[in-house]
Amino acid sequence: MSTSEPLHRQLGLTDDELWSIRSTLGRDPNRDELAMYAVMWSEHCSYKSSKVHLRGLPVEGRSVLVGPGQDAGAVDVGDGIAVVFKLESHSHPSAVEPYQGAATGVGGIVRDVISMGARPIALLDPLRFGPLDQERNRWLFEGVVAGIGGYGNCIGVPTVGGEVQFAPAHTANPTVNVMCVGVAPSERLVTSDREVHEGSLLVLFGAATGRDGIGGVSVLASSTLEDGAGERRPSVQIGDPFAGKLLIEASLELVERDLVEGLQDLGGAGITCAASESASRAGLGAEIDLGAVPLRQPDLEAFEILTSESQERMLAIVHPDRLGDVGAACERWGLSTAVIGRLVRGGGLRATFGGAVVADVPARSLADGPVYTRPMVAPAEAEDAIADDPTFATVTTPPDEAFLAVLGSPNVASKRWVWEQYDSIVQGGTVMPPGADAALVRIEGTLKALALSTDGKGRFGALDPYLGAAHSVAEAARNVACAGATPLAITNCLNFGNPERPEVMWQFAQSVRGIADACRAFETPVTGGNVSFYNESGSSAIWPTPVIGMLGLIEDHRLAVRGGFTGNGCWIYLFGETFAELGGSEFAEVVLGSLTGRPPALDLERERRLHRLLIGAARTDLLESAHDCAEGGIAIALAESAIAGGVGFAVTLPGDQPGHVGLFSESASRAVVSVAPERATELEDAAAKAGVPITRLGETGGPGVVFDGLFETTVAEIAAAYEDAIPKLLAG
Amino acid sequence: MSDDRRPRIGVVTFPGSLDDRDALRAVRVMGGEGVELWHADRDLRGVDAVILPGGFSYGDYLRCGAIARFAPIMDEVRGFAEAGGSVVGICNGFQILCEAGLLPGALIRNRQLRFVCRWVDVRVETSVSPLSADLVAGEILRVPVKHGEGQFVASAGDLDRIERDGLVVFRYCSPEGATGGPHNPNGASNAIAGVRNEAGNVVGLMPHPEHAVDPDVGATGGQPMFASLLSSTLARVSAA
Repeated sequence: MSTSEPLHRQLGLTDDELWSIRSTLGRDPNRDELAMYAVMWSEHCSYKSSKVHLRGLPVEGRSVLVGPGQDAGAVDVGDGIAVVFKLESHSHPSAVEPYQGAATGVGGIVRDVISMGARPIALLDPLRFGPLDQERNRWLFEGVVAGIGGYGNCIGVPTVGGEVQFAPAHTANPTVNVMCVGVAPSERLVTSDREVHEGSLLVLFGAATGRDGIGGVSVLASSTLEDGAGERRPSVQIGDPFAGKLLIEASLELVERDLVEGLQDLGGAGITCAASESASRAGLGAEIDLGAVPLRQPDLEAFEILTSESQERMLAIVHPDRLGDVGAACERWGLSTAVIGRLVRGGGLRATFGGAVVADVPARSLADGPVYTRPMVAPAEAEDAIADDPTFATVTTPPDEAFLAVLGSPNVASKRWVWEQYDSIVQGGTVMPPGADAALVRIEGTLKALALSTDGKGRFGALDPYLGAAHSVAEAARNVACAGATPLAITNCLNFGNPERPEVMWQFAQSVRGIADACRAFETPVTGGNVSFYNESGSSAIWPTPVIGMLGLIEDHRLAVRGGFTGNGCWIYLFGETFAELGGSEFAEVVLGSLTGRPPALDLERERRLHRLLIGAARTDLLESAHDCAEGGIAIALAESAIAGGVGFAVTLPGDQPGHVGLFSESASRAVVSVAPERATELEDAAAKAGVPITRLGETGGPGVVFDGLFETTVAEIAAAYEDAIPKLLAG
Repeated sequence: MSDDRRPRIGVVTFPGSLDDRDALRAVRVMGGEGVELWHADRDLRGVDAVILPGGFSYGDYLRCGAIARFAPIMDEVRGFAEAGGSVVGICNGFQILCEAGLLPGALIRNRQLRFVCRWVDVRVETSVSPLSADLVAGEILRVPVKHGEGQFVASAGDLDRIERDGLVVFRYCSPEGATGGPHNPNGASNAIAGVRNEAGNVVGLMPHPEHAVDPDVGATGGQPMFASLLSSTLARVSAA
């Protein structure tokens, strides 16, 4: 970044964007105004490259209370209860400073949920790193996990799930996404529909404002990380989970006592964003006195106060009559409040500092950034990679060796090392803890439980972004359905490289189309999400990584189905069919060293029939266990059910496919279930009625793991391989 | 319980307490009356027993429990304990009681230097404590732990005294009751999970019995601990 560049370019604005600001204002913006536009029109805040594509997502549905565009989406789960949820990226800060980057990611998404008036009840963390044989990747992985725990464990919100995958494409740029789920009485949701009055006060509460995270969104989140990323460390915000916990309690008290007209968290772009959004949503303007903002150090300049991303701050819109109550409630939680401005007629956002006007711009113009239709082109290598399919490769590795290799692959192996560092039980509602297909969290005072799953199919997306994204939605829905819950809606985090490169933009558009088609088929609307671009260094971008956060509902959590075998003598069935589909599979990468081929086909209607069957079977308490069949195929699904239940099995794989295809094919729309023998006929009838192929594989029982005609081992042996893999890699 | 009076169990909320609602719920589920207590008050609201819950009081800044022990309510808790009232410290509450000098020993960073959340088994070592009054030594209970700083330590002299005087209430063990090795989640000295004071009315433990009373969310090793707390409290109050 050369200092001889004009200021707007140093701040990340293009010449065209400067022209647009000039025409809006009818004059040149001053330095402080330029800083405000730079953060608000950054890719991170404005979605300028993604907006045209996101319009294609289905956002409406029977249960949707709040769709995209607010701090978080909200869904009606009946009995007057709203569920608020959102998934967001904090990858860029985490690549620079893994502990604080991840910790503040948790803090930020939690504030998004509380600003809707909801109590956070669950966190999930989908993560992607480079291979663990490299020291820097281990440092990033350990730091991010510790940071998530360090923040999440201190605020009393259980971390109940997520997933971790490893791929060379994520070496320079790890992907750190965080999902938060909250609940609130529907009538208490703080939405933009609330009546907000002219003359109401802008009250800042929580931590003081410092120089941390100045321009975080424009500097870090909206450009690629090149050499010298360490110099950007001052742009990483520092989290204080203790203050975060107090902020949760104080904010919820304000909402429960109906003391605020609006609530907004201060995240990317700080006060500028919170004030301009609050004002423009209400069709009003705002006057802010920057001198009234409590500062951590005395010498901050106006633009720094306007754009600081200091953590643990919230902005409330408060009627003057309620100011005393708001102050007292915050003080009880040890938080200071400051009136920093008021809502006024007109649409202007006017900031003064020391009596002088430092900025005076239309509030809406900050929120309505530019919209780009960027050029797109399919990467030339994509077709070649697809054509080179490993499905029909000659395989010489014996099946038992291949099985242990896949089971011990970091993508498949137990993530216990990760989730044991997270408090997964606080609040007392975690019915199904981490390690299952979906986490299940009870809603207090009801029998209802939320089934939560995050999924992103890395390799499939790398080979075919459309199919990879659709598979991600399908797997997330299947995970929820395996627990017996009905998929209701999704949030997403779309992690991609540099959108100014046509190949990346093509991947993005394809992925969004894949999500849209799958969500339409499953009737799971998109209630919001986040786009994270510029995840690349040099010309090496991350894989297209759309991550889906699925929300499912089960009316009676006592009917939830778990993944582990429950005892001896149950009959094991496969729902769905296995085809010769090894392209992009775990087997292909781990055993054949192949990252090419055609990902498995996905028939959305067939997939939906499977979900219906699983949900119906749970409702009639038909299943002993159900487990999604995904990475590593039937072999790994059976192994995980055996390890989780501590019960062995003996199976015969159907058909006349080669052993490795039957074991490891990753065909979609399948699940491995077990049933008490006396109810087997009932299950077969249910499958026939649902139009889902069903095949009996064998029986549970004993300490042995038997794939008839292929190999035999024991539960103890496979459990050791599964549990020890990641700790061993970390030991170096 | 012969008396149909429900024992009133106070749960103190400090800034940063996290498992306070869970402790109140557990008291209710087990048949007691949960009473909310506030750190800044000098008032125990006439409760029959006090629980200091888990969490990160004051962010655990400085040292776990080091700031909380100066909270106004702690003067009341100290007086209550000296008068023979039952006081239970869970996790962060245990750390606070050690910092306040109401229990021997200290809790330092887990030996593996990582936070740990998992279900463990503990063996009851003595029935002399509010949480084990109805239990017999040797019983094994399944409860969860979740902490970054739960490694119990004491000076060699103190550790000798703790063992000699039978102050160890719970010890980490295998499902069959054997101590040592992989069953100790934090490297605690002598696998100590919980201790009591000499008088036997103050007890602290790292595991979370309040998260082990509901079969829908896991094992129920916390039930007999809460049952002991309620019955021993009621017995004491009735005798007074």
